[in-house]
Amino acid sequence: MAQYNLNINGKNLQVDVDANTPMLWVLRDHLDMVGTKFGCGIAQCGACTIHLDGNAVRSCQLPISAVEDSKITTIEGLSEKGDHPVQQAWMEHDVPQCGYCQAGQIMTAAALLQQNPSPSDEEIENAMNGNICRCGTYLRIKAAVKTASQKL
Amino acid sequence: MTIVNTKLNRRSFLKVSALAGGGMVLSFSWLAGCKPTSKEMLEMPKEWFELNNFIKIGENGAVTLYSPNPEFGSNVKTSMPMILAEELDTDWKNVFVEQADFYPERFDRQFTGGSQGIRQGWTPLRTAGATARAMLVAAAAQGWNVPASEITTAAGQIEHKSSGKKAHYGEMASLAATMEVPEEVQLKEIKDFKIIGNSKKNVDGVKILTGKPLFSLDHKVEGMKYAAIVHPPAFGMKLKSFDKNSVSDMPGILDVFSISLFKDDYQRNFFDTTTFPEIIAIVGNSTWEVMQAKKTLKVEWEKAPESTFPMAGRGGVTVTATVPAGLENTSSHKERMAEFTAKQGNILRKDGDPEGEFNKAAKIIERTYTAPFLAHNTMEPMNCFADVKGDKAVIYGPTQAPEFIMGTLAQALEIPRENIQINLSRMGGGFGRRAYSHHMVEAALISQKVQAPVKMVYTREDDMTAGVYRPTYTATYRAALDENNNLTALHVKAGGIPETPIHPNRFPAGALDNYLAEGWDIPSNITIGAFRAPRSNFIAGAEQSFLDELAEEMGKDPIDFRLELLKRAETNPVGSNNDYDPKRYAGVLELVKEKSNWNSPKDNVHRGVSAYFCHNSYVAEVVDTVIKDNKPVVENVYAAVDCGVVVNPDAAANMGEGAIVDGIGNAFFGELAFENGVPTKSNFDKYRMIRQKESPKKIEVHFVQNNEDPTGLGEPLFPPVFAALANSLYKATGKRYYEQPFAPQLEMQNLKM
Repeated sequence: MAQYNLNINGKNLQVDVDANTPMLWVLRDHLDMVGTKFGCGIAQCGACTIHLDGNAVRSCQLPISAVEDSKITTIEGLSEKGDHPVQQAWMEHDVPQCGYCQAGQIMTAAALLQQNPSPSDEEIENAMNGNICRCGTYLRIKAAVKTASQKL
Repeated sequence: MTIVNTKLNRRSFLKVSALAGGGMVLSFSWLAGCKPTSKEMLEMPKEWFELNNFIKIGENGAVTLYSPNPEFGSNVKTSMPMILAEELDTDWKNVFVEQADFYPERFDRQFTGGSQGIRQGWTPLRTAGATARAMLVAAAAQGWNVPASEITTAAGQIEHKSSGKKAHYGEMASLAATMEVPEEVQLKEIKDFKIIGNSKKNVDGVKILTGKPLFSLDHKVEGMKYAAIVHPPAFGMKLKSFDKNSVSDMPGILDVFSISLFKDDYQRNFFDTTTFPEIIAIVGNSTWEVMQAKKTLKVEWEKAPESTFPMAGRGGVTVTATVPAGLENTSSHKERMAEFTAKQGNILRKDGDPEGEFNKAAKIIERTYTAPFLAHNTMEPMNCFADVKGDKAVIYGPTQAPEFIMGTLAQALEIPRENIQINLSRMGGGFGRRAYSHHMVEAALISQKVQAPVKMVYTREDDMTAGVYRPTYTATYRAALDENNNLTALHVKAGGIPETPIHPNRFPAGALDNYLAEGWDIPSNITIGAFRAPRSNFIAGAEQSFLDELAEEMGKDPIDFRLELLKRAETNPVGSNNDYDPKRYAGVLELVKEKSNWNSPKDNVHRGVSAYFCHNSYVAEVVDTVIKDNKPVVENVYAAVDCGVVVNPDAAANMGEGAIVDGIGNAFFGELAFENGVPTKSNFDKYRMIRQKESPKKIEVHFVQNNEDPTGLGEPLFPPVFAALANSLYKATGKRYYEQPFAPQLEMQNLKM
């Protein structure tokens, strides 16, 4: 066990865990931020996507020892009032069915748009391809990313 | 005008005085509508007045509606309250929606499955809304001393026009709650609907998009422990022994023990399907720590002998169920299925003289279709929270069917049902998997052993390899044609491990003078369960692919050919027990023909059609495929759906789109195989799920407009897409696709997926 200082959603937080503990479980079990979801544990489904210095990463494969000095953003911190353009676009298209994968989808989409504010259809498909939606809301996800890109 | 008698399902309309002591926890934290009209409506009322089990109204006019059924993504948590709100005649903006927990004494049929939520909830929910409205009107009539018949309501307002008296519902709520429940109430005319038929956003939308806790996996209470499970590595294996000491020194590990789900004499119910009734539990201080210990724990497994258990059969009899011994392989499954295909099966339906027609046929076409086992792969793995102390248990978890697990919990915990409270979490997908809720029993037993609140979580690998799969199936279709190429007889023989996929009284039965359906099944220790449109999800693909090939052989347009058969079933049906309405069936084919411009496809677009009836609804689909860069791309899918009145159209379209994506994904990629009882895939690195790039580029879902009572929607769009895709791929590649999944065969043709 070791003490780690983290910067999450603009706040400095301390946590005392084993160095190998993935950020997914640090967030969920130790910091009670449960918006980041557990799906596969092997970085294949994207449900656990967070931002590390603005890049979309899979928190289930990201040990806490690798993130000190980085800025982490989770779904809880994407916007203060849930009104990030991506969240608004998701609302407008009423994207979710079960809703479980959507935080990860939104985090991937937000990172994409930060780096590429006007992605083509193909660029959206490529960027979103790592996030599985078992309910099959892919068309609405793509439409919402486009809507958000127009509003950015 | 529809008058309904409230004596049916009356318990739903009567107040349950035990409400205060019933443990119903209310957390009014969001409004159903987007933006409330006035700030006042946002504020919590000082007092709630319960009009019936579904409806409470605050003195300020706020309305709480309880959504009775578990929510797994089909949007019942929005659409069921919409039905209540419609007949209550309230303003959707003033509505709070709460998930009802499992209270069988208050709600009928708290079950999500079989696409029956809206169909079976339709009249009870309308009646509950109308009953509450009638009580509000009666209260106003008494308060104002005017006849109830002169009072009108609209959007949560009550008015007596001739005297000019007006009130909002909140002002009448306390008096209304004391009114007699009327014996009869009048339901609205469909043409007067204001909420039903007008799309409403998902009531949990904001919570989902902002990462608020909604799922049981997100639940945490003070002093909660975390648990992982270890189950046998193969079907046909069981626990022999384990070495607790191998992990007891690992950080955060508190206890390791085995649990058994069933007492020896327990009579299991139909939904008591679980592969491994004895598993190991590891309890610790965090999820990560118990998952680490799981990898390290030393366990010895052994082959399980054949076993039997008592099970509740039809009509209250007890039957003995047998679990065969052995470590099964997909290769031997295929051999045995071929053997059964060659033998006579059980005759499920026979019309006319099919054998005679086959004997004198000028031409016989025979084709065999197969599909593998499938895992449900809900995005939220199986998990559950349980707090069992002494003789009381609180369970909070994802279940489609709390009623079916309550008895299992009671016997396992040896706690009476009335001391067990099942609270319903939002589910991260279900697809049939969570109708089998033994994860709840496991969590409860673990909590009971450690006498502390516990959250148990499966890894993805646990989830994918624990069974309760879609069965593997095969179907052989034969058609007899005479010298003029007329269809004279049809024969289907289909079976699977461990069940036949045949619905013997569905189309094309009823449309053919000579028809034979045979079924067979092979027992297995690989457990199966309901998977989105059970049996239909295979047989529709086989049947509708065969009809496509048959139409081609007969030189007919595939839609016209189906319409001819349906015309026959409508005008001169064969047999009297056909379980579909040929006119509505034909209606969706005609609608999809129109909406897809069937007769004038775009250049280089290869189209296939398919139509199927299941869960009381009719669906026809057209899939358009193009080949781009040596890759088949599904460009467009057109769906025509007849499911009666559509409550929440945009959400209904969303679910239809999802079912089509799900079908295309499973048709291309879905497959679980076995080697020596071990599933060959255990996570998404090997188990291919459809992803964004493979999703169709456009889907149009068109609903037939009619005033029929609503029927199923979550499942019916799924089965037909398999054949629409296969038929489209045939046009694109010149090759028929008989064996699912299709992607490996495409790759053999140098087409990449």
